[in-house]
Amino acid sequence: MTQYARRAWIVLWKDLLTERRSKESLNALFFFSLLLLFLFQFALGPDRDQLRAALPGILWLGFILAGLLGLGRSFIAERQNDCWEGLVLTAGDKSAIYLGKLLGNVALMATVEVVLLVLFGFFFDVDLWPVLGPLVVVLALGTAGLAAVGTLFAAMTAQLRARELLFPVLLLPAQVPILLGAVSATQAVLLGQPLGEVAHWLKLLAGADVVYIVIGLLTFEFILEA
Amino acid sequence: MTRALGWLAVVAVAAGLWAGFGYAPREVVQGNVQRIMYLHVPSVLTAYLAFGLVLVGSVGYLATRRNSFDRLASSAAEIGVLFTGITIVSGSIWGKPTWGTWWTWDARLTSTAVLFVVYVGYLLLRAMVEEPEARGRYAAVVGILGAANIPIVHFSVKWWRALHQPSTILGPEPSPIAAPIALALFVNWVALTLMFAYFLLRRMELARREEEALR
Repeated sequence: MTQYARRAWIVLWKDLLTERRSKESLNALFFFSLLLLFLFQFALGPDRDQLRAALPGILWLGFILAGLLGLGRSFIAERQNDCWEGLVLTAGDKSAIYLGKLLGNVALMATVEVVLLVLFGFFFDVDLWPVLGPLVVVLALGTAGLAAVGTLFAAMTAQLRARELLFPVLLLPAQVPILLGAVSATQAVLLGQPLGEVAHWLKLLAGADVVYIVIGLLTFEFILEA
Repeated sequence: MTRALGWLAVVAVAAGLWAGFGYAPREVVQGNVQRIMYLHVPSVLTAYLAFGLVLVGSVGYLATRRNSFDRLASSAAEIGVLFTGITIVSGSIWGKPTWGTWWTWDARLTSTAVLFVVYVGYLLLRAMVEEPEARGRYAAVVGILGAANIPIVHFSVKWWRALHQPSTILGPEPSPIAAPIALALFVNWVALTLMFAYFLLRRMELARREEEALR
């Protein structure tokens, strides 16, 4: 068990370290998030009420679009210098690699989400402080589901020629329940309702997270071998 | 054997057509439009059967690595997408005169549409991986995740929107459906299931020959 956790930790540490040194994904993702906000503003027009009504939806659209770019890249580095072979040759349970990658992706997504939230508060004049606690719960549940499937499919499509096309085409249909649940729950939270009002959504998100992560852990070894 | 099944399916579809258009009475409220149900409902049941077989084939392939399981999953997925398409199109044709709209984001319509895109994605993935062994593994993972996602999609969409009448056949209460209509439905369901079985066997045989030719 400790061996397993250690392996997952090594993968996570490696990914965080490379990202900290190169800042390859994060820099581009921050800029991309900023551009997304501009696009949403231009698409929806200056009407504040209209913007507020659409806020939960565009927030999650932003997370998912950033996720498509960020998660999709998470195995690209492994293709160079025979890193993939290194992963395949790793002793023991391969799902530890999945776990490490998943945690790294959750960390990446969380960073991007924090930046997007701050930008949202700034540009759309929304005070997020009073609802921050419940909002974090919803974000965590939604992000876990997004990253769980995203990590699995990123590993799958990393080796393919049509990667950029196939990754969203596979990920987006699978994310429909996460998007519906997260948007509904975020809407309730932003309206100041207590989390108990959306307990059924939170349970669904949590259930989906568990199902996705378990499937990811169980099937990852079949994707890794090549 | 397959040929006999094919002819059996032809006879069953003929019987289904007779049951739907001749035997079953004209529905009192909706009129003849209701007869679309004899195609609509059996199609969606067949699609569910097909996606169930995709799951069986996917798990079987990962467990045994036998190509026959991969052929089962891929063939069932193609026919499942076909029948899901028939379900959506026949439902739209029924919905226009009955609800006054071709499409609405109602719970069951939405979940069927999601089912459709999930398995179209599955087929796209298959089309884009050239190496047969990797294609089988990747597709199996997507097939398993797709099937596990069906109940989650179902509930999420149900809570999101709740216009379509609840299911009368698969629901827990005794069906309030009139006997002749139920019989006509049953005959058509059997017919479509036979047709599905015939298509499946043919498609799997075709896939086997493709593999042989490429070997």
